[in-house]
Amino acid sequence: MKLDSLIPAPLRKPAKPGTSNGAKGAAPADLKTSPPERPSDAKRLADKAVEAPVDVLAWVDQRTAATGFLTGMLYRKVPKGTNWFYTLGSATLIAFISQAITGVFLAMYYTPSTTQAYASIAHINNDVFLGQLVHGMHKWGSSVMVILIFLHMGRTFFFGAYKYPRELNWVIGVVLLILTMTMAFTGYLLPFDQRSYWASIVGININGTGPVIGPYLSDFLRAGPELGATTLSRFYAIHMLLVPGAIIAMIGAHMYLVVKLGTTAPPWLKGEKPKVAAPVAQLDAGVEGNGASPSNGASASA
Amino acid sequence: MSDDADKQNGAEATGRPERPAPEPPGYFEGESMTRRKAFTVAVQGLGGVAGAAIVLPAVGFAVAPIFHRGKERWEAIGPVNDFVEDTYRQVVFTETESIGDAGKTTAYVRKSSKQLEEEPGKFVAVSNRCAHLGCPVRFVEAAGNFICPCHGGVYDFQGKRIGGPPVRPLDQFQTRVRNGQVEVGPRYSVTSQLDPVRARDPGEFTGGVWEYLYPPRPSTFPPP
Repeated sequence: MKLDSLIPAPLRKPAKPGTSNGAKGAAPADLKTSPPERPSDAKRLADKAVEAPVDVLAWVDQRTAATGFLTGMLYRKVPKGTNWFYTLGSATLIAFISQAITGVFLAMYYTPSTTQAYASIAHINNDVFLGQLVHGMHKWGSSVMVILIFLHMGRTFFFGAYKYPRELNWVIGVVLLILTMTMAFTGYLLPFDQRSYWASIVGININGTGPVIGPYLSDFLRAGPELGATTLSRFYAIHMLLVPGAIIAMIGAHMYLVVKLGTTAPPWLKGEKPKVAAPVAQLDAGVEGNGASPSNGASASA
Repeated sequence: MSDDADKQNGAEATGRPERPAPEPPGYFEGESMTRRKAFTVAVQGLGGVAGAAIVLPAVGFAVAPIFHRGKERWEAIGPVNDFVEDTYRQVVFTETESIGDAGKTTAYVRKSSKQLEEEPGKFVAVSNRCAHLGCPVRFVEAAGNFICPCHGGVYDFQGKRIGGPPVRPLDQFQTRVRNGQVEVGPRYSVTSQLDPVRARDPGEFTGGVWEYLYPPRPSTFPPP
């Protein structure tokens, strides 16, 4: 029955015959003496036009049950003491979206070839309208994203938000950190100037110092024993196809768990004492009377 | 598992007093795998085969370069008389083809030295690739040393490490003489005693147990 309030009016079930209230029952007599004026076509069209967007949304909603999902996600409870530090994860997500959008448009002008890459970047910076801005957003945005992801990780660590039951989300976050560093590493080579060339050589060689598999990892990254013609296109494919897909999938899992498990209260907030004594059985099971414990308060949407 | 669940659901849903269920068609005493289970396993197996048929070629395609060794390449760098015993001459040649200047590398070449008790009549070509992380070293004539600009690696006249973070001596290139011209060939690494081993990447130790911890790669050439 609660669900009824979520369903738009046109989609609600009609009332069963015999359950309607008395006011409607008396209507037929009135209608005989003074029938209501038939609305004009223009009026009916206007009414339809007003209802159309609602109808379209209702049509989608009936088939996807999106309202229930969105209500659960957007109106989930958050603990007391939630503050600006809790926005670092969203900030990292926004940085990633910015990287994705600017990256897609940079790919329209960039050529991943050892002989043309540098020229195509120079073309983007010097000739293309707003090219320098979009390239700059992507270049500096990568640093912003790395900084934000570390701040977000620090917040999670110092607030103890990695503890039960959120350990898996910490693990997913670490995977996201590694993927982000992979993005930063593979993106660095793409301008193919002196700095990116030598920095990539150094980076690949650092990868190679891992025992036993390191040398093969280097060969894999370079596509051969030396940095060659296919190294750049390989880095480009990893940078714009392989890792972004993995990042999007991991962000999906990360956010699902955030919504599912809720966020933690800051550690300086003490849990409130339950106002009503809870039954002994509940206390034994670790459930507090009014759910006032900040760390449990957000699980309502689960 | 699904079989058990089906039996239970069937019994509960009908609500009739439990009777011995009729044996399914084809049932025999001592049956270990039901028809349903057989199909489940078969379909999962087929799915695995289909997945492998897509993933394995793609992965093989991506890792193939690890096992590929390019063609051996020799390049003439000048007549024999250009090179002396007591100092190096810088030469630039192509190590990786078809990527323009990015495929070129630098070597310092000299004649083998009697004073250092090297095998006479040979040519020594020392790579300028630092054995720390691959920055380009330069030969400083006044000091007689190779010095790396990045992290301060220092090598002596023969390329042996004498300071800084490098983990082994500088790499060398194979050399030979053809028609009075000195030619340089594939790269190889050396141990701290200058014994040739297969080429390793910078940052990787050579010799002793390191030969196993940093195994030789199939993409490199055997040492001379």
